[in-house]
Amino acid sequence: MKEGVEGQFAGTVGAFRLEVEIALAPGAITGLSGPSGCGKTTLIRCLAGLARLPGRLLVDGEVWQDERSFRPAHRRPVGVVFQEASLLSHLSVRGNLDYGARRAGGASAAARADVVDLLGLGPLMARGVQNLSGGERQRVALGRALLSRPRLLLMDEPLSSLDAASKAEILPYLERLHRALPMPMLYVTHDDRELDRLADVVLHMREGRIVDAPAGAPDDAAARLAALTSGQRDALALAALRAGLDP
Amino acid sequence: MGEVIWTTIRLAGLTTVLLLVLATPLAWWLARRRAWWKEIVAAVVTLPIILPPTVLGFYILIAVAPASPLMAPLQQWFGIRTLAFTFEGLVIASMIYSLPFAVQPIRNAFEAMGERPMEVAATLRAGPLDAFFTVALPLARRGFLGAAILVFAHTIGEFGVVLMIGGSIPGKTEVVSIRIYQLVESLNFKDAHKLSAGLVAFAFAVLLAMLLIDRRTDRRPL
Repeated sequence: MKEGVEGQFAGTVGAFRLEVEIALAPGAITGLSGPSGCGKTTLIRCLAGLARLPGRLLVDGEVWQDERSFRPAHRRPVGVVFQEASLLSHLSVRGNLDYGARRAGGASAAARADVVDLLGLGPLMARGVQNLSGGERQRVALGRALLSRPRLLLMDEPLSSLDAASKAEILPYLERLHRALPMPMLYVTHDDRELDRLADVVLHMREGRIVDAPAGAPDDAAARLAALTSGQRDALALAALRAGLDP
Repeated sequence: MGEVIWTTIRLAGLTTVLLLVLATPLAWWLARRRAWWKEIVAAVVTLPIILPPTVLGFYILIAVAPASPLMAPLQQWFGIRTLAFTFEGLVIASMIYSLPFAVQPIRNAFEAMGERPMEVAATLRAGPLDAFFTVALPLARRGFLGAAILVFAHTIGEFGVVLMIGGSIPGKTEVVSIRIYQLVESLNFKDAHKLSAGLVAFAFAVLLAMLLIDRRTDRRPL
């Protein structure tokens, strides 16, 4: 079984045409940048199953979409962090975290504690989501996505709506995630500094196409994964074990 | 007088509950469907606001009269000859009359919610029905509360339609608004005052409740 994600989409949404082939390596963050309206969000929606364009998508060798089949979003083990945190406003922080966890078969107490600890959510658990700062909201959104036991994590400009202070607050958490998580991650941003700090591989999009994907990107990412320090690999293995995620 | 008030409350309560159940899928469909022709359905749903109650009552009366195209099969299958001048007929007429007051606030609440919460629920593995009950309904709860208050109050205040369909039969279809009319006709102003003042206080309480709900909505955006 080939690990990671292999996707290929070609189709139109209104007047816009998306024609993309993409591969995401496990344990690596693939950065995706490009001007507004170039198709980054459409690509994320296709990967998540929120939009359907003709194509093919394999995750860890499993078919999520091909010519004959399409697995809808709620049947895909995928975590999505949107530009706005999009927390469910009728639920508390705890309720938001539990919403996906319960439907994904329930996260163990240890896995939950790991995610809460990793994202510093402990003091927020009992609070309503209306009273959180922008940075806190995005941390909850990340935690919620992780507790739904995703095999693919998609982040669509998660910091773009935050002010500089909130960005500075959340970036270290994203770096910790990067070191700890074993699944493929796609990170969309306009900000080169975020790409420098987080991405193993950077892809650029223009007018619905990936214009300069480095050849062998997944292998590069895998190589970078292999080059992690032993401490980082231990953290990754521990988190994978506890979260019950497929490493 | 107690009997009249009880009939009125029973009618308003039953209409409210049944209408919320009926209006919810309709409002959801109107809020989510993109086709332009859904507005034709919306216009039909909204008609009772514009139509004079007597016109609406007249057509409903024809529809529920014996041997009408609607009643013929009901008589054949269930032995129900007519719904005119019955409490059940009154409930059906009230539901049609108040339909827009239920559908519109719920539709607005679903539209205000946008598509994102349902997408979020889907990415957290909630199927469409699960997401509807655990995300859409709770997020639209203030729309439901507004709809329930409006329908209940509107039904209490009905006159033309209930007179046409119910015929004001004491103990069966006689409601407060018609009793007030009859009291005034018989120059019994004292009892007319009592019932009218009660309705004024009720209407004030309803409006106050609506305004307080709006205020709460402003303070706690979805």
